[in-house]
Amino acid sequence: MSFREFTKGLYKENPTFRIMLGMCPTLAVTTSLINGIGMGLATAAVLVCSNAMISLIGGIVPNKIRIPVYVVVIAAFVTITDLSLAAYVPVLHKSLGLFIPLIVVNCIVLGRAEAFANRHGVGDSILDGLGMGLGFTLSLSVIGSIREILGAGTILGRPLLGHAYMAHPFLLFVLPAGAFFTLAILMGIMNRLEKKS
Amino acid sequence: MTKLILILIGAVFVNNFVLSRFLGICPFVGVSKKVESAIGMGMAVTFVMLLAATASWMIYQYILVAYGLQYLSTIVFILVIAALVQFVEMVIQKSAPALYKSLGVYLPLITTNCAVLGIAILNIDLQYTLLQSMFHAVGGALGFTLALVIMAGIRERLEGASVPASLKGFPIAFIVAGLLAIAFMGFAGMM
Repeated sequence: MSFREFTKGLYKENPTFRIMLGMCPTLAVTTSLINGIGMGLATAAVLVCSNAMISLIGGIVPNKIRIPVYVVVIAAFVTITDLSLAAYVPVLHKSLGLFIPLIVVNCIVLGRAEAFANRHGVGDSILDGLGMGLGFTLSLSVIGSIREILGAGTILGRPLLGHAYMAHPFLLFVLPAGAFFTLAILMGIMNRLEKKS
Repeated sequence: MTKLILILIGAVFVNNFVLSRFLGICPFVGVSKKVESAIGMGMAVTFVMLLAATASWMIYQYILVAYGLQYLSTIVFILVIAALVQFVEMVIQKSAPALYKSLGVYLPLITTNCAVLGIAILNIDLQYTLLQSMFHAVGGALGFTLALVIMAGIRERLEGASVPASLKGFPIAFIVAGLLAIAFMGFAGMM
């Protein structure tokens, strides 16, 4: 087990900004910080469980049918997450809506199963899942914060930018178009930083 | 009948799958570099989405609901879609090799297109009938194709534009998508 498997997902191989995976939830649910954190943690939970399970069964699944098997494993964990969220945090479950079951087709999850978990040990796979999941959560939180602050003038639902701003916030940022712009500018900044270093 | 037309038009313009619901973003940025491949991808998605919506609706209503197994819907839908894509691929390969040549590369990608699983789940959530589900699927897929083709047309022009170095590639594509999303907001007044 090496700690590097955990840290690489946070920045160097960040799923959102570096390898561009899981774009649909990244854009769709990040209208506020709490939604971004919720979606990120739900995905992280699925990722850790599916990575652990696939690392365990990786050796016994025939190569030809491995993708359908992985998809069923992932779908099972997504269903567990979906039902748990509906039971314990119904409000969050409602605002994330469709995108909880859609974790099944989030390329990050199947991508890590195929590229990492099926050829590494359980410990490393769990760390990899945790790192990638938290890296995804981090990206979603950054996008969610920017959109919530600019689009509503609040952070985590608390007033931040004063009443004058909150009466007429930059509404575009909570609308779909704002998601595209926020992501584009953040990626541009990342590219710029990369070139300088 | 009016309701069916409204569902169709609404899915194409007002609730555009890509620009307003954020379904199918991966192929939207991945396969939108050439108009020709955008049309190919759009046709393949339309075909699979209609079949997937029909099959998943029937399985949900006649099997899952009948036996009280609704909680299995995510697992069942993704399996249905994966099997369907595989089946469509085999049928096209045997019966229309020319079509297979132009669509072939896109077919495996469709399994992980969230628009396809999205339409199956949305139809259940919105409690549509079978006919409504089919219109919704066709509308959603046409909306996806429309967004993809417009995007590809713009990106072909972008090749020659002088874009700031940091924004080259994906960032500028997302800015274009944002502007398209603003344009599509104009359709909201239509309904």
